[in-house]
Amino acid sequence: MIPLLIYVAIFVGSYLLVNRVFRRAVRRDFTSLKTVTFGDESAVVSDRWASVISIASIFLLWGMFTGSSLLPKFLHMPGPFEGTADFTYTAELPDGRRDDATVTVLVHPIDQKVEPPAVEPGPGWAKNDSATVGVWRSGLIRVDRNDENGRDQGARVVAVDGQPIAPGESVATPFGRVGMSPKGTLNFEPSKGWQMEPIWLPAPEAVVERMIEIARDGFRGSTLWEHLGYSLFRVIAGFLLGALVGIPLGYAMGLSNWFRGWFDPIVEFMRPVPPLALIPLVIIWAGIGEAGKIILLFLAALWIMAIAARSGVSGVRISKVHAAYSLGASRVQIMRHVIVPNSLPEIFTGARVAMGVCWGTVVAAELVAAEKGAGMMIMVASKFQNTDIVIMGIILIGVIGFGIDILMRWAERVLVPWKGKG
Amino acid sequence: MSGLAIENISMRFDLPNGTSVQALKNVSLTLKAGELMSVLGPSGCGKTTLLNIVAGFLAPTEGQIVMNGHRVTGPAAERGMVFQQGALFEWMSVRDNVGFGPRMKRMPRAETAGIVDHLLEVVGLQDFKDKAVYELSGGMQQRVALARCLANDPDVILMDEPLGALDALTREKMQSLVLKLWKETGKTIILITHSVEEALLLGERLLVMAPRPGRIHTEYRLPFADMGVNADLREVKKHPDYAPTREEILNMIWNMEEEIMGRTEAGA
Repeated sequence: MIPLLIYVAIFVGSYLLVNRVFRRAVRRDFTSLKTVTFGDESAVVSDRWASVISIASIFLLWGMFTGSSLLPKFLHMPGPFEGTADFTYTAELPDGRRDDATVTVLVHPIDQKVEPPAVEPGPGWAKNDSATVGVWRSGLIRVDRNDENGRDQGARVVAVDGQPIAPGESVATPFGRVGMSPKGTLNFEPSKGWQMEPIWLPAPEAVVERMIEIARDGFRGSTLWEHLGYSLFRVIAGFLLGALVGIPLGYAMGLSNWFRGWFDPIVEFMRPVPPLALIPLVIIWAGIGEAGKIILLFLAALWIMAIAARSGVSGVRISKVHAAYSLGASRVQIMRHVIVPNSLPEIFTGARVAMGVCWGTVVAAELVAAEKGAGMMIMVASKFQNTDIVIMGIILIGVIGFGIDILMRWAERVLVPWKGKG
Repeated sequence: MSGLAIENISMRFDLPNGTSVQALKNVSLTLKAGELMSVLGPSGCGKTTLLNIVAGFLAPTEGQIVMNGHRVTGPAAERGMVFQQGALFEWMSVRDNVGFGPRMKRMPRAETAGIVDHLLEVVGLQDFKDKAVYELSGGMQQRVALARCLANDPDVILMDEPLGALDALTREKMQSLVLKLWKETGKTIILITHSVEEALLLGERLLVMAPRPGRIHTEYRLPFADMGVNADLREVKKHPDYAPTREEILNMIWNMEEEIMGRTEAGA
């Protein structure tokens, strides 16, 4: 809730700051002269400042709530309590006699081994105690263990820091919460603060460190590049095979009644089947090795490419074909000089979609079963609560997916500049 | 026998609901080599169908087209076609579009280049040779289409409203160009148009067609095309016969449209 509020505050605050303070100077381009901008899609452009601040604020929030060392301390959210805490308890005997004692608790980082601090037993029959609890953890403290009149003598703890307590209740102290179990044992839970524990969300620098470490030492017997490279290789191999079969199939469906009739039911049935639904069958048939993955990606790309090629052929304007025939072109020449170039833009669009689907499918397939690959890496890491590796993997998968799309768009611009111009 | 003979063409389209439409009925005419004929008529009179039959894209249900002594059975390079718009190959440069026909015939490169250069100069696009066709304006694109058709050296050029999508000024320039090319190349041309003025100016012969069923209604022989070859088209329009002929044809088409409307309303 609090991160969301801060996020909204940054959104609104930076909008006001950028637009009211820095943008006082009037922009002088054509768009700024438009009086109707609401509803005019062409007048809406992505604001660079908004994009930069948006990304920065995600990292800012991430750092704030993980106590990142990249941020100055004052930006950190209150962290969990760490250090020495104490509270007093009041024990009561059946005959009404009461005595107080102090409990000193050392709250330590969980990866450190510490000894309980030494304390004086103190006066009275209830003796002072000491204990250790890890940060973000809680611990049961048998405070009557060293008392002269313990639980065996019928002594009960009736108050903590002067506030009455009973089994099932709890008392707030300056250092955290002291609860009481149904059997009457005190349970100290040092305050957790607002920061996330690294096993839920590690700090950004921890993720970067882990990435450097894995890039250097590898993960599960393979380097990071091998994991990513295997995923990419599967995508490219599956996609190329799918395109190699799908494009001619699509052309045949666009050019021949028999092919259209034969394959239409198959393609139309297979198209809405998510490739992920094929994973179990592919595993049964081809196992979890490379062959299975490539068959799956082949199937994912095949239908998309076939449909793209088919619509590329059917999208050719009949006047272009007529013109080519009246210019004396033969069927082969029409195929080569009219139908293929005319369908290329559609095929490129299909290829972009297919690459995206393949990338998603390969990660999912690796999540299920694989020996190498980006998906396998994050799945195995998650089983060991290596959240930093999981987050690193997700970021790398996202970056690669985005890179593939950029690359495809660039190829489209260079190779089919006539797209949408016919 | 040189020339084009349209012999008793009828065309009936059978619709899926069992009825049929008589698009053309018993259309006959002959064109001598080098004649320029414009075809005019209300929409639905079958003029585009007729052109498609002549081009060989459609087989008539009855009758035949005879071209230079042989029967037309399909499209061929002897009958070039210029479409309204969007028939250029946008993946080719202007040069490759114009040289398409010769290249399909596997003409030597140098010869193709010579033809392309010459024709681009004729249509005034020599400076746009290497541009992509989508970079050109509509009028320029139609010049490319004309040049592409001429590069193939067809005997007959069929034009399906080639200037229909152009603005009035560009259109006038293109009309002069068509006349000039007609005179210089001596091609037989059939030009379909919606515009009465264009039909008058570009029709040595002018065919008015009537709808339902599509048939030849009236044929004119006009002097304006010959005059337009050498004179400004606006001068031609000042000819004493021009305005009366235009009014007569406009009335004729107007009456046909009225008749269709009346029939549809009576039917409804």
